[in-house]
Amino acid sequence: MSLTPDDIEKIAHLARLGIDKDALEPLAADLSTMLDLVEQLQAVDTEGVEPMAHPANATLLLRDDVVTESDQREALQAPAPATQDGYFLVPRVIE
Amino acid sequence: MHDKTLAEQAALLASGDLSSSDLVEHYLQRIEQHNEALNAYLAIDADAARQAASAADEQRKTGNAGPLTGVPIAHKDIFCTSSMPTTCGSRMLQNFVSPYEAAVVQNMRTAGMVTLGKANMDEFAMGSSNENSFYGPVANPWQTDRVPGGSSGGSAAIVAARLASAATGTDTGGSIRQPAAFCGITGIKPTYGRVSRYGMIAFASSLDQGGPMAQTAEDCALLLQAMAGHDLRDSTCSPAAVPDFSAELNADLKGLRIGVPQEYFAEGLDDGVAARVNEALAVLEGEGAILKPISLPNQGLCIPAYYIIAPAEASSNLSRFDGVRFGHRCENPQDIDDLYTRSRGEGFGPEVKRRILIGAYALSAGYYDAYYKKAQQVRQLVSDDFSNAFAEVDVIAGPTTPTTAFARGAKSDDPVAMYLNDLFTVSANLSGLPALSAPCGFAEGLPVGLQLCAPANQESRLLNVAHRYQSVTDWHRQIPANFA
Amino acid sequence: MTWETVIGLEIHAQLATRSKIFSAASTDFGAAPNTQASAVDLGLPGVLPVVNREVVRMAVRFALATDASITRRSVFARKNYFYPDLPKGYQISQMAFPIVGEGHINITLPDGQQKGIGLTRAHLEEDAGKSVHDLFEGMTGIDLNRAGTPLLEIVSEPDMRSATEAVAYARYMHSLVRYIDICDGNMQEGSFRCDANVSVRPAGSDTLGTRTEIKNLNSFRFLERAIDFEVERQIDILEDGGKVIQETRLYDADRDETRSMRSKEEANDYRYFPDPDLPPLVIDEAFIDAVRETMPELPVARRTRFIDELDIPAADAQALCADRQIADYFEAVFEGRKFAPKLAANWVLGELFARLNKEDVDLADAPVSATLLGDLIARVDDGTLSGKLGKQVFDALWGGEQDVDAVIEARGLKQITDTGAIEAMIDEVIAANPSQLAEYRAGKEKLLSFFVGAVMKASKGKANPAQLNQMLRDKLKA
Ligand SMILES: [Mg+2]
Ligand SMILES: [Zn+2]
Repeated sequence: MSLTPDDIEKIAHLARLGIDKDALEPLAADLSTMLDLVEQLQAVDTEGVEPMAHPANATLLLRDDVVTESDQREALQAPAPATQDGYFLVPRVIE
Repeated sequence: MHDKTLAEQAALLASGDLSSSDLVEHYLQRIEQHNEALNAYLAIDADAARQAASAADEQRKTGNAGPLTGVPIAHKDIFCTSSMPTTCGSRMLQNFVSPYEAAVVQNMRTAGMVTLGKANMDEFAMGSSNENSFYGPVANPWQTDRVPGGSSGGSAAIVAARLASAATGTDTGGSIRQPAAFCGITGIKPTYGRVSRYGMIAFASSLDQGGPMAQTAEDCALLLQAMAGHDLRDSTCSPAAVPDFSAELNADLKGLRIGVPQEYFAEGLDDGVAARVNEALAVLEGEGAILKPISLPNQGLCIPAYYIIAPAEASSNLSRFDGVRFGHRCENPQDIDDLYTRSRGEGFGPEVKRRILIGAYALSAGYYDAYYKKAQQVRQLVSDDFSNAFAEVDVIAGPTTPTTAFARGAKSDDPVAMYLNDLFTVSANLSGLPALSAPCGFAEGLPVGLQLCAPANQESRLLNVAHRYQSVTDWHRQIPANFA
Repeated sequence: MTWETVIGLEIHAQLATRSKIFSAASTDFGAAPNTQASAVDLGLPGVLPVVNREVVRMAVRFALATDASITRRSVFARKNYFYPDLPKGYQISQMAFPIVGEGHINITLPDGQQKGIGLTRAHLEEDAGKSVHDLFEGMTGIDLNRAGTPLLEIVSEPDMRSATEAVAYARYMHSLVRYIDICDGNMQEGSFRCDANVSVRPAGSDTLGTRTEIKNLNSFRFLERAIDFEVERQIDILEDGGKVIQETRLYDADRDETRSMRSKEEANDYRYFPDPDLPPLVIDEAFIDAVRETMPELPVARRTRFIDELDIPAADAQALCADRQIADYFEAVFEGRKFAPKLAANWVLGELFARLNKEDVDLADAPVSATLLGDLIARVDDGTLSGKLGKQVFDALWGGEQDVDAVIEARGLKQITDTGAIEAMIDEVIAANPSQLAEYRAGKEKLLSFFVGAVMKASKGKANPAQLNQMLRDKLKA
């Protein structure tokens, strides 16, 4: 399986990942090698094998419906690059 | 006093022959002296450490100190701290100060430990050499042109160079055990869910597990005791009871069945590593253990399965780093897409980008079944291998890594060659089992690690075997000459 | 060609919990921006979701109310996409294993016909935050208070054949979720939002046409108009030989039309996969049984009981059961009383409803309690009050009076049933109107009402009307 710079551009857009133009070619090569590495999975017979998403047989524990978080806006917004009047700011989004 | 193990330091503190303030001052001095050569610490908070040390000494006087009160520790920079920046080795989080503290950091502080600083690491824990840190590579204290391993390379180098007697690490595919092996220290990846992941920046959520790194198994037992336990803030954290990890350290090994997987001793394993591991197995046999050859037939599929699952989870986990609420934001974004792509493009390094891309690809429409689902099925097969093996044996032993620490730069252009470092370690992450690496000698002047793996929740068994081994060997006592 | 419309609805019902689905922050509406957004809601590094038990209970309630299967091992999945009001870069939802599986309900159409509607699934997910575009120059403000609010997404089969049916279905669901106390149904605040999947096909065809999805319809009127517009649009395209494009459309209420929002749709590849932060949600029988014990009687069963056991006409039973509060109120009116429940139904649907509507008051805020209304009806039933006097008493109660008998006493509203007294008044009226009497006796029977009115007036409205009528007829005959 080999990926082209074009493929890389598409995936990079999906991941909103800026890639320099001249990095596309080497990335395509790297990712193709990575895919070659994982290609051997295709030969494995996994008929009837349950996909394993979590180690062990963990099941979910549930929390009581209680509000314990109070307003911490100031602390939580401290690392934010841009805020105003309590809002996070981003360039105008056109709907 | 830096030549002492953590347990020995704790005993001196308890007897009053040593004060935490003196110990902390000593380490601060050593860090001052040696960190430049290693680049192992990314941040030091000397004032806070001094304050915490004198508070610990005060507490000791009141008579209600715990075994770890006043012992210094370094935290991998993946654990959120509110008093120091948490960078995760990335430009993305340069100057990020977390509004909350990781459960592990809280737990160690509650146990009375003094935080010295934050340890360098591969960016977002992605790497096996610590060359992927935005803040520069870490040197291996045994030979400074060699890598310390990764991703917890800073933590391993700190303990090896005796710039702290303990450090925290995280292990997603071997990131505690591989650097522990490369640096000649002891590190344990606990059972998945044993240690809370709250406040530990996620790489691959179903594989990530925090754990201790120190000189000995005895030290690791003390540290794990403070670190482990149920946490309602992490839905994957196990509610299983936490045993006394030190209780069985000295238990007899007579009759213990140790499985030796033939697949670990195949082509690609360095001769020197093989020799040291076989010698270690012979030592354990001498202690009464019974060696049994076993097979883990799907061992060869671990790396391919891992390099689908881990990047897939990472690609999603790292989506939150988008330049909106925290972290790096590009200059003058033109629109929202420009903000995302440039902030992320600038904030993430090359290996992180590779993994995000391969992960996004593996999950994308049309490829999910062939890659992600297939990898999860293989994960089940790998896990079944262990279940079958543990029906026959109590512990599985083998090399931690195929080679000793390699030269900096030797593999940085070949991601796949780098991935093969994790050949023997990823299976424990895929199956969620506890595994430990302990130093078992040297090959051409570089440390070799012995890996031990046990069934879920049997960390005590691993610590027992390693401690018995360390009772009759002194590899864990060796200190790199330049840091003696 | 005649066309058949095929509609399926996706409804997002906001679950009425105190805290969010994955964090312990409040779900209250209307707080200052980002004051109810915790570290988990903001998707800060290292923090993790923890599931609220109440959302699971609510989903199970919904399953029990819709004859749906409950998935014993359901799985939370991540839906990955970038949007500024989606903090983590993914929405935690459910994909392959939703908590509620196939279900079935029966709705009543406006013409009284019953129709069965299949439910495909219902799954739990978190809401996104809010983008504010008009507050900052050239910038969008992000408020994440709503992020993490629990939603139950209810997906129907494409079983509706007209906008009318779609609205009837949506109204049924709206009533049901409030009935079982899982959603407040407040459509203005976005607690209940509909997306409609609409397609048309030649009548008689059994393959589905290409559908469009109309997003975020937050009133029944908009739902109806958007579907009607969209059906027309699609038929026009097909009759012109064109093709309907599968896409997401928005309803513009001001222009009463739907328009494409393809821009947002572009290259969506959500890369769903099981959320590795959340192990499977396992629900056992004990959990389900515990929820079952708290279930109220459902509207359909209640309506049947009202008709069969209380002798309420079908249309009235339907109206009473449309809302749990109304049905509860109605039952409280006649509970422990001697009068027929039917009488209570007439008062609730008549006088009470008229007044609530006229003054735009919610039942919960009505000044006349069920007990008070019961007291009043008891006095009508035992003959103390005529229906007409009863309404006067009702007025007094609406005005704040709290004791029916005291009102009757103070205002002298007691009905006159003493035959002697009524006879005396009749005699007086007849004596005062000899010419009308003669006309009546000559065959102008219409004049009966003149006499009734006159006697009633003389009694200040208090004469028992039935008695008065009978006695007058007898007297006038003689
Ligand atoms: Mg959805
Ligand atoms: Zn939804």
